Amino acid sequence: MRRRQAITLLALVGCFVSLYLWLYKIGIIGSLQCGAGGCETVQTSRWAELLGLPVALYGVVGYAVLFALSLAALQPRLVTSRRLTWTVAALATVGFLFTVYLTYLELFVINALCRWCVVSAVIMTAIWVVAVLDLRAGGNPGALPRGQPTQAGI
Amino acid sequence: MSRFNAVLIGVAVVGGVAIWYAAAAKPQPAALGPGGAAPAPAADGFAGFTLGNDSAPVEVVEYADFECPACAQFAVVQMPTIRQQLIETGKVRWRHRDFPLPSHRYARFASHAAHCGAEQGKFWEMHDALFNDHSWAQTGRDPSRLFRQFAVRIGLDARAYDACMESGRQAGRIEASRLEGERLGVSGTPTFFLNGRRFGGRSNASDEFKRMVDSLIAAGR
Repeated sequence: MRRRQAITLLALVGCFVSLYLWLYKIGIIGSLQCGAGGCETVQTSRWAELLGLPVALYGVVGYAVLFALSLAALQPRLVTSRRLTWTVAALATVGFLFTVYLTYLELFVINALCRWCVVSAVIMTAIWVVAVLDLRAGGNPGALPRGQPTQAGI
Repeated sequence: MSRFNAVLIGVAVVGGVAIWYAAAAKPQPAALGPGGAAPAPAADGFAGFTLGNDSAPVEVVEYADFECPACAQFAVVQMPTIRQQLIETGKVRWRHRDFPLPSHRYARFASHAAHCGAEQGKFWEMHDALFNDHSWAQTGRDPSRLFRQFAVRIGLDARAYDACMESGRQAGRIEASRLEGERLGVSGTPTFFLNGRRFGGRSNASDEFKRMVDSLIAAGR
């Protein structure tokens, strides 16, 4: 249960971080706190959009879905749902891989590091680690003993 | 309420307030915003932004106010035809001059946004954005965020645009343009001069422009 709570909280924070970057990207927020620096370079690069949409918007949607799913997984009637655990873990894996790709772009292609993107990367990595731990624990740490073999393959 | 729910709600409230605070409108430079004192006119001889061939036989000077509905209608309805038939054919060089009317709260601010676009070589893109989405001129609300969205949309460097807007450094050129218009007898917008002669036709008819331009070319003036 605590792992799912952690995912829920992390996804909510990540959603706000992505929302902040998205609003900055579309011009609603004038300047970023704690220094834009590399964020300006990253956000104005051609890599800041994917399929015509700002990358930060994918973050907002991704975190929002993760938040909704993990919040649902905390409900008593869904707390034993293996399908939900797998879905959260799968989505977190996609998010983590996307984060790795974006960080690679920042470091080796754009040559600028946006600190707010780093915050998002840390959050997504943490979500992925916790989601995998939840999966390995059987998706229901409150009901299953620790160390029980699972089908988790990640 | 469980402790987790309390923490969740707390994070949501803090995050929401932080986003709202960040999105709050930025202060406008006093010389640009409503109620600000008119800035000192620039003395750099800046003559406005041109569109078209430098060797075109006819020059049209337009004194325009970005907040003026008639200017917006002209820009959206007539200007595409004029661009196609007169400017792109090399007959006309178009010159934009600012004439922010005192009755318009954000006219100077909009002119300044266009000048800041010009600093990055995108005056006409910003000009078109300001006129094409003219809803800001009807609401009376602070359009600074919308203008910044325009800037981002047309591909301006947002940080440079912000720095330009915050500095107010183009305000002197705008005031110089307005004073020049006053000296020429401009009192409303849009007002046009064709090779220095005031255009007395209807600005809502591009064919009148075409006739006038053709007659000037035929007369060799």
